Amino acid sequence: MEIIVCIKQVPETGNIKINPQTNTLIREGVPSIINPMDMYAIEEGLRIKEKSSGRMTVITMGPPQADAALRESISLGADDAILISDKRFSGADTWATAYTLAQAIKKIGHYDLILCGKQAIDGDTAQVGPELAEMLGIPIATYVRKIEEIDNEHIRVHRMMEDGYDVIDTPMPALLTVVKEINIPRLPSLKGKMKARKAEITVWTADDLNGEPSFYGLQGSPTWVVKIFSPDPRPSGRILTGKTSEMVAELVKGLKETKII
Amino acid sequence: MHIEIRKEKCTGCGACVSACPYGAIAIEGDAARIGNECTVCRACIDVCPEEAILFVRENAEEISRGEHRGVWVFVEQRHGDLAEVGYELLGAGRQLADRLNTELCAVVFGNGLEEKAKGLIPYGADKVLLVDKQELDQFHDDLYSSVLLDLIENHQPEILIGGATSIGRSFFPRVAAKLKTGLTADCTGLDIDPEKQILLQTRPAFGGNIMATIVCPKSRPQMATVRHKVMKKPMPDNARRGEFKNVKVDMGKMMCRTRFIEFVKDVSEKVNLTDADIIVSGGRGLQKPENFALLRQLADLLKGAVGASRAAVDADWIPYSHQVGQTGKTVCPKVYIACGISGAIQHLVGMQSSGMIIAINKDPEAPIFKIANYGLVGDLFEIIPALIKELKQA
Ligand SMILES: Cc1cc2nc3c(=O)[nH]c(=O)nc-3n(C[C@H](O)[C@H](O)[C@H](O)COP(=O)(O)OP(=O)(O)OC[C@H]3O[C@@H](n4cnc5c(N)ncnc54)[C@H](O)[C@@H]3O)c2cc1C
Ligand SMILES: Nc1ncnc2c1ncn2[C@@H]1O[C@H](COP(=O)(O)O)[C@@H](O)[C@H]1O
Repeated sequence: MEIIVCIKQVPETGNIKINPQTNTLIREGVPSIINPMDMYAIEEGLRIKEKSSGRMTVITMGPPQADAALRESISLGADDAILISDKRFSGADTWATAYTLAQAIKKIGHYDLILCGKQAIDGDTAQVGPELAEMLGIPIATYVRKIEEIDNEHIRVHRMMEDGYDVIDTPMPALLTVVKEINIPRLPSLKGKMKARKAEITVWTADDLNGEPSFYGLQGSPTWVVKIFSPDPRPSGRILTGKTSEMVAELVKGLKETKII
Repeated sequence: MHIEIRKEKCTGCGACVSACPYGAIAIEGDAARIGNECTVCRACIDVCPEEAILFVRENAEEISRGEHRGVWVFVEQRHGDLAEVGYELLGAGRQLADRLNTELCAVVFGNGLEEKAKGLIPYGADKVLLVDKQELDQFHDDLYSSVLLDLIENHQPEILIGGATSIGRSFFPRVAAKLKTGLTADCTGLDIDPEKQILLQTRPAFGGNIMATIVCPKSRPQMATVRHKVMKKPMPDNARRGEFKNVKVDMGKMMCRTRFIEFVKDVSEKVNLTDADIIVSGGRGLQKPENFALLRQLADLLKGAVGASRAAVDADWIPYSHQVGQTGKTVCPKVYIACGISGAIQHLVGMQSSGMIIAINKDPEAPIFKIANYGLVGDLFEIIPALIKELKQA
């Protein structure tokens, strides 16, 4: 089975600040990691690959530094890695990102299964997976928490919903977006780390892809960010200490005042 | 969008070549030629002494409002019930439609839903489009997107919003991808730019650390999914009149590759996390799985749901479907009660937009207190039983 996993390199949350003068993100000194949800996509891909003695290719669209994320995937067991990187791809929204990934996947050619994380922690959109499936013309199952059955023709999964889960069956090739519940990712092996250090990472620019040049990057993005600002700070709260009965009475009084109870 | 050289005017002076930051222009023969590296940054246009460089927008990108009219709200159903967020969006949609002086249309897919769909008119819809088919009872990405695309083609709305639910966030992107239009995920604010008459979509990004306002100026419809509970559900006005249309769709032409096998209900929850007005959440401070019963008692009393930190989920004290945070769910209840949760950033990003936050923690330095409206410093095993007792009396 041929598996493609789409991963994104993201800044580790918590450290993101915005420059109050310029309203832009301060990214300096913020470490980059593989998007946490994508770690589950990698792990699931590896498990399927190992069971079906297939191959797994990891791809990312990003700046040259995203090379590190691909090497990490190789250390975990990915066979191939492709970095889709070009100034012309920068500023892409989810539409242009999915379009670029779709062009790269068309160039790869054959695949049975594409795996994405449910969402990336920087944009938090969860849109790239479904958009990519549409552009490739393949079916999708989102929020997959479990793969029940898989063979060359079809795959049966549990898709997490608000009130439980749906069991759905889809023909292959298909795209899945996965959630944390699906597995526990492995750690890289020493051998894997060695392999990653020496691995050749394929780099594709816009010239290597067959797409419409005006559909890439900022120019190809239907959405534009017109303003970035800090959220309103939460009003400072009341910290209660002391006797339990007094704290509880104070809280209940507050709840009554705000008509919550 | 692209850059064009008017050959009859170009003298081949080369001013554009040095102005181009991407090295995309070359002089060939006696005229400039734009290469593939062009990003349409337009730096060349101003430097050309002959005004021989044109910025060309293809027709498809020239959106005039003329052809696209109406604000659409997709009101989803699950197991025959219309989602609450659908009603909330009718309130928001009504305001947008009024600002644009256009109609508000509710779109419903399902089976046997005529009465419920008609019931959306009192909540502000001028028109209801219902596609009533047995096949639409269960959610399929393929089917829902083909049917919605069919309606959009026939009616050309200018704005299309839906709930940022599992269903909305799954198939709206497919529709947007097909239409080459923009889609903004999980918005918390919608407005109309008074001058340009376009939709201003505001959403949190980077885990709520920043807010961004996004527009989709050149393609239609402008699409957004909107977070639960941030828009106010309007009061119904039973005197309102509107048009109801049972739309005929040829289901034979609609694509559906997936097969629905069964639904397995989460029996651990009466109210689901995203719908709950009140969430009582527990973390590692609960010490063992049995202690979640205490939270359940408090949640039941408040008609709320039970949430959890990742630490509690990873310890197998409670299923993953209860996890709040970066790798779990984003929730926005009226009240969030965090019990024995330290308030790590990955947890905060999933709940910091809640209306009121109450924290119970024995460590006065716990970061959760920084965002709490009420912080109770003490032992949760004393405080929660006392709170339950007090609430029963209240
Ligand atoms: C990539 C990544 C993704 C993550 N995603 C998530 C996520 O989605 N959701 C999430 O929650 N976390 C997430 N985390 C984990 C997060 O960083 C924290 O580890 C986690 O939230 C801690 O859970 P906790 O607050 O329950 O436990 P702790 O941090 O151990 O806190 C327990 C708290 O309970 C208090 N306490 C103990 N006993 C009592 C008592 N008797 N009475 C009162 N208070 C008591 C303690 O003072 C302490 O503050 C993620 C981490 C990573 C690296
Ligand atoms: N630049 C990218 N390169 C490769 N995969 C991506 C990229 N952006 C998003 N993805 C994939 O799409 C998923 C959802 O991302 P998002 O829509 O940004 O929340 C991620 O978990 C990745 O699997």
